[in-house]
Amino acid sequence: MLTYIVRRLIQTVPVIFGVILVVFLIMQMVPGDPAVLIAGDGASEETVQAIRHDLGLDRPLPLQYIQYVLDVFRGDLGTSYRSDHPVMDEIMLRLPTTIQLALASIVITIVLGMIAGIVSATRQHSTADRLIMLVALLGISLPSFWLGMMLISFFSVKYHLLPVTGWGSLEHVILPAITLGASGAAIVARMTRSSMLDVIHQDYIRTARAKGLKNRLIVYKHALKNALIPVITVIGLQFGTLLGGTVLVESVFAINGLGRLIVDAIRMRDLPVVQGGVLVASVIFVFVNLGVDLLYRYFNKRIEMD
Amino acid sequence: MAMLTQEKLLEVQGLQTYFFTDEGISKAVDGIDFSVHRGETLGLVGESGCGKSMTSLSIMQLLSRPGRTVGGQILFKNEDLLTKSEEQMRRIRGKEISMIFQEPMTSLNPVYTVGEQVAEVFRLHENLGRKEAWAKAVELLRMVGIPSPEERAHQEPFRLSGGMRQRVMIAMAMACQPDLLIADEPTTALDVTVQSQILDLMKQLQERMGMSIILITHDLGVVAETCDRVAVLYAGQIVEYASVDSIFDNPKHPYTQGLLQSLPRIDEDQEELLAIPGTVPSPYDLPSGCRFAPRCAFRKDICSTAQPELLKNSDEEWVRCWMYDENWSGSDASGQPHISNQEGSKVI
Amino acid sequence: MNQSVITPAAPHTVIRPGQLRKFLTRMAANKLASAGGFIVLFYIIVALFAPWIAPYDPYNIHLPDKLLLPSWDHWMGTDDKGRDLLSRIIYGTRLSLLIGVAAVSIGAIFGVLLGLVAGYYGGWLDAIIMRIMDILLAFPGILLALAIVSALGASLINVMIAVGVFSIPMFARIVRGSTLTVRKLEYIDSIRTLGGSDLRIILVHILPNIMSPIIVQITLRLATAILSAAGLSFLGLGAQPPSAEWGALLSSGRDYMFSAPYLALFPGLAISTLVIGFNLFGDGLRDALDPKLK
Repeated sequence: MLTYIVRRLIQTVPVIFGVILVVFLIMQMVPGDPAVLIAGDGASEETVQAIRHDLGLDRPLPLQYIQYVLDVFRGDLGTSYRSDHPVMDEIMLRLPTTIQLALASIVITIVLGMIAGIVSATRQHSTADRLIMLVALLGISLPSFWLGMMLISFFSVKYHLLPVTGWGSLEHVILPAITLGASGAAIVARMTRSSMLDVIHQDYIRTARAKGLKNRLIVYKHALKNALIPVITVIGLQFGTLLGGTVLVESVFAINGLGRLIVDAIRMRDLPVVQGGVLVASVIFVFVNLGVDLLYRYFNKRIEMD
Repeated sequence: MAMLTQEKLLEVQGLQTYFFTDEGISKAVDGIDFSVHRGETLGLVGESGCGKSMTSLSIMQLLSRPGRTVGGQILFKNEDLLTKSEEQMRRIRGKEISMIFQEPMTSLNPVYTVGEQVAEVFRLHENLGRKEAWAKAVELLRMVGIPSPEERAHQEPFRLSGGMRQRVMIAMAMACQPDLLIADEPTTALDVTVQSQILDLMKQLQERMGMSIILITHDLGVVAETCDRVAVLYAGQIVEYASVDSIFDNPKHPYTQGLLQSLPRIDEDQEELLAIPGTVPSPYDLPSGCRFAPRCAFRKDICSTAQPELLKNSDEEWVRCWMYDENWSGSDASGQPHISNQEGSKVI
Repeated sequence: MNQSVITPAAPHTVIRPGQLRKFLTRMAANKLASAGGFIVLFYIIVALFAPWIAPYDPYNIHLPDKLLLPSWDHWMGTDDKGRDLLSRIIYGTRLSLLIGVAAVSIGAIFGVLLGLVAGYYGGWLDAIIMRIMDILLAFPGILLALAIVSALGASLINVMIAVGVFSIPMFARIVRGSTLTVRKLEYIDSIRTLGGSDLRIILVHILPNIMSPIIVQITLRLATAILSAAGLSFLGLGAQPPSAEWGALLSSGRDYMFSAPYLALFPGLAISTLVIGFNLFGDGLRDALDPKLK
């Protein structure tokens, strides 16, 4: 197992380099000259040239890339065009908020999704099952930002139950977390249901019945542990969608997190921030995936033999 | 052979289990009668699809939709199992009646260790604590012939071979010393060498515990070696039920005769292997009259129109065939053509 | 990323003539899937006949009529510039379907191509392609599309490209998986011994057999693409005003969440319904193509 962990860790290195490369390349696609942008209108040619040299933009592309990689590993993600602060600082200021939101949302995704999936599977074809699957369908079909807006309209505007925007207490977290976690919960519910149904028809469940075990024990002990194994992977993937979704949800709820930082930066053409933000989010996701993969291997011991 | 007593442990009468599907009603089990005495091994024989497994699942009441037992009685220790509640059945399963299945590779839960799964039976039926149950589980694994049981108990099923997994299944089934063990094709999925080991193991345990076994199989060789009595199934019905000697030396029903005939023999030169022509009827679409009639070499007119009853004679031999009438008794029914080993077998 | 963990959306089926009828019967019997199909069809018709169906000109600014509540004249009310919301939504259908189809086409064409090559040739080609796909999939959610749009500039076309690129890895993975399975079938080897060229084998023998998961994925991907595109437009990164694209409508509707909530309600319903349609239809397709169900 340990060797496997090390091996996977090593495998993430090229992926991270690849992510850095992709981000770098995408930024190269930006039309226009960043030096001109910084210098402002009306700046003289020498000023622009000086800035360009400062930023290292006059060197060949591969060297720029290497410089960028080195900078990244040193923690230097550049300087924001707009605020003139280091990008890393700007990100670190807002990252905790986003992490909190993401965690709250993933809890909703996992708990709500699994419970719904289990209930559905154990009561297959019943009204509860159909209802849950209907809600799940809505969960994956409704745009998250729209759901957020509708929730705000209902809970905050009409009934004043919860605050509209802001951050800091449980009340602030509820609506955004539900909005963000809804589609994930729907997917997890569907996956859990189908996985449970698969498992319930397996031979070893028949054996458990032949041993005289009570139904509840069979479902929660024998079936569940097997059924949840593929669901783990799905949860990992959903974390990615969730992280990406913070961009939308933070905008709707005016939450000062990483997602909103990126969106504002795009609007302001503050490219270093966009670059840095996307990079940080992606690296986080890579490690989350690694964790999920290890968790999966731990539970699915059968493939440990590989 | 095990010690036979006259006491009937299990008596199945007129069992009917149907499957209600979109394609119609499948009469998987449609009139099964047999008995199992204490300490006896009964072989339940037939081709695939004849209802053997369904019979055993009906006894254990482990049927899943859309199957349902619709008629008959299953008397276990003189109580009809079909009238028992689910809760009552649960207490019987694994404790008084146990079952082992055909596919050892998939019949054990992959995420729990072998020891845990065996211990579970003790914890459930005998209310033992974790440590006690584990200790007993290890002992049980030793008893079924698993080497180094202390280590093996900590392993998940995928680490064990098919034969070993089947031993674990047997251990789980034996844990509470049941009165009856139902073994549904326990060796079919195993290598031949392992097969005999498993069968020997079962026999040993049977002698130790005085347990009865219902052995479901399509392999007549296994039947000859291990069973005391045999019930032959065809298309959901018992067509012959007698002692193993009687079945092999003097088979009554044409189907039984056909089965025995199709066994390759080493003591004779055979020009060809004789198979029973035709195929088993679909349980959705059973012929009226005798179900074997379309394939039977001795078919008479009445065979196609009316179903024969199960006739029982004084030697505890039963047969369902129009060749025999109520006055039939003894093993030497007169005037009955016997199938010889010449090419006299009429092909339909 | 662990490739062995992702399974194709539907197992591949060998397509035979009689199967088509069986498949259509199964689809028709599945009421939910049929409903989904009708929804999608409905939207397609609305998109095609928009100029004839829309009661008003969606771009016609008429300030005296601004922010009217839904009424008989304006079934969905008017927006802050007096434009009829219903008409704007109808025209928006065209844009959403266009973006969806374009994006998924990009994703499917490149994804299938890469997946076929990776699955068929294996070796280092497979490793490189899949490693690139892993890298693309390392970007959480729509962040990749976001980054692309931010670089190229906010416009509808760039959203199409961005969402398209972001769809490629999924197709590549699924197609690669199916290709690997089909390639192992014996008849592929026999064709090779008969002298079939690689290209021929891929196009004629492998591709038709893996169409089912591809089709299912296309349908489900259309749902996601439309949502993603709407999301990007909502952030102001897609269609620019005065475009009637649904995401943009939601964006402007957001400003009036308190005073005129219907401005956000209806476009959202429009998106949701279409996506529900694609999802139902896609689910139905997947079930109908699954050989395990009798």
